[in-house]
Amino acid sequence: MTDLNKLSIAEARDALAKGDVTSVELTDACLTAIEGAGALNAFVHKTPEMARDMARAADTRLKAGDATALTGIPLGIKDVFCVKGVPGQAASNILKGFVPEYESTVTQNLWNAGAVMLGKLNQDEFAMGSTNESSSYGPAVNPWRLADGTQLTPGGSSGGSAAAVAADLCLGATGTDTGGSIRQPAAFTGTVGLKPTYGRVSRWGVIAYASSLDQAGPMTKSVRDAAIMLGAMASADPQDSTCADIPVPDFEAALTGDIRGKRIGIPREYRMEGMPAEIDALWKQGAEMLRDAGAEIVDISLPHTKYALPAYYVIAPAEASSNLARYDGVRYGHRAKLGAGDGIDDLYAKTRAEGFGPEVQRRIMIGTYVLSAGFYDAYYNRARKVRALIKRDFDNVFAEGIDAILAPATPSSAFPLGSVDKGDPVQMYLNDVFTVTLNLAGLPGISVPVGRDGKGLPLGLQMFGRPFGEADLLNQALVLEKAAGFVAKPDRWW
Amino acid sequence: MSITEDEARKVAHLARIAVDDAQLPALARELSGILHFMEQLNEVDVEGIEPMTGVTPMRLKRREDVVTTGGMPERILSNAPDAREGFFAVPKVVE
Repeated sequence: MTDLNKLSIAEARDALAKGDVTSVELTDACLTAIEGAGALNAFVHKTPEMARDMARAADTRLKAGDATALTGIPLGIKDVFCVKGVPGQAASNILKGFVPEYESTVTQNLWNAGAVMLGKLNQDEFAMGSTNESSSYGPAVNPWRLADGTQLTPGGSSGGSAAAVAADLCLGATGTDTGGSIRQPAAFTGTVGLKPTYGRVSRWGVIAYASSLDQAGPMTKSVRDAAIMLGAMASADPQDSTCADIPVPDFEAALTGDIRGKRIGIPREYRMEGMPAEIDALWKQGAEMLRDAGAEIVDISLPHTKYALPAYYVIAPAEASSNLARYDGVRYGHRAKLGAGDGIDDLYAKTRAEGFGPEVQRRIMIGTYVLSAGFYDAYYNRARKVRALIKRDFDNVFAEGIDAILAPATPSSAFPLGSVDKGDPVQMYLNDVFTVTLNLAGLPGISVPVGRDGKGLPLGLQMFGRPFGEADLLNQALVLEKAAGFVAKPDRWW
Repeated sequence: MSITEDEARKVAHLARIAVDDAQLPALARELSGILHFMEQLNEVDVEGIEPMTGVTPMRLKRREDVVTTGGMPERILSNAPDAREGFFAVPKVVE
């Protein structure tokens, strides 16, 4: 077999089971692809020796008949996940040189299933960003580019994960999604990204951004692969008190392709002013695909949608300002050089000014402000009340019998690197307009590639499911994926 | 609502991030812009709404109040920029 790195997880699993390939062969194919893809800046720490050791162990396990669906499958891991003994800094200079002494629950679950670690993937610093440009490693680059060669953002924050999956550098990757950081990069790269229900996947060992919103999930080449990977990532976890104590279903077994009688909601508030006609047309096509498969399409209203973005940009920075207080130059990472007479406060303030990038500093300061005396009620508590109303909007439509919701994933296709005005953070925040609602409500959502725009770039649609209803959601997404038949791949230029 | 330079200085201090005085006007402008964006929230009627604390209706897990881990000072200190004799070292804090 050639081009083993281009296989999906499901295809590779079947080939491994039949003995047509070995994990060592699969892993070598990915390592070669990674070596040749420096221009994408997707892998920021490579672990080839670890990968080959794990692949050999997987081959032994496969021979012994003790394999799971992920045994021998080479994966990339977003930098934000702690992997014991492998440098990880959440793309921040303040954690430069940090080597975790412990393993995140998600990656431990993946290794227990027999998956192979290829290395760490680029992202926005502390997962704050929508373009992967706020990374201490420099931006990851989208394998898709414009006809004139203009380089595009792969989206963010899980931009390295999306670029690596789209360019076939790995069979699948982990991502995290606080305001759209799995679904937006998936849409920008023609890949599948699933944000599970809050509490489905443990946050233990995942470097925190906003703890009530962060959730890890799979980024893959197909919906089936997302089902396989989520099954291995998810678990109850005594180490994370917000991780739900509920059984993990067989997500792949739920992929029947039958959605007859399901009621799919089309939320009218997502038809934003100034939305490109191509996105609107794609959305209509997606609804028709689901109707053709026997689903009932229902117009619905989520009246507080408009307020999700401002509520998010109060709550997420507030939690970030608290979470990131731990980076003080004492226990790990960067410490500023002190001048004569500098005390402990200078140590903190200089270390943090040097170690955090501009966007992270901005969010910490906004978060500090909205939590400070006199403003806590006006901003933070008000945002939490609006958040309750946003969640209630979803509760209401689900109570009325809606099974899932279909919406655009992003307001545009991927845009050129460097095109967002750094002096206007609000402009960048608007990228998250279709995705943050889901994090605020804690619901599961999946981005599926459905078409291409006039520039030839991939466009995605998003489906939202009921709480802990990932199995049904994946099945509905499978129908959309099959009907859309998106098979395009970027031409290799890197 | 706009943030003054003095308020920007105060926020930077509370956040323990050193900001040069020369950068305070730009910082104040930037923070004001973001706060202005957030003011849309004032349009929403939140009368009688409880602030949301968690997304899933579940009781916080409890466990026995016992020691479950420890005894690994060298691993705890392994990433410290300055560790001596089993401790994190910092500039003098007590006169």
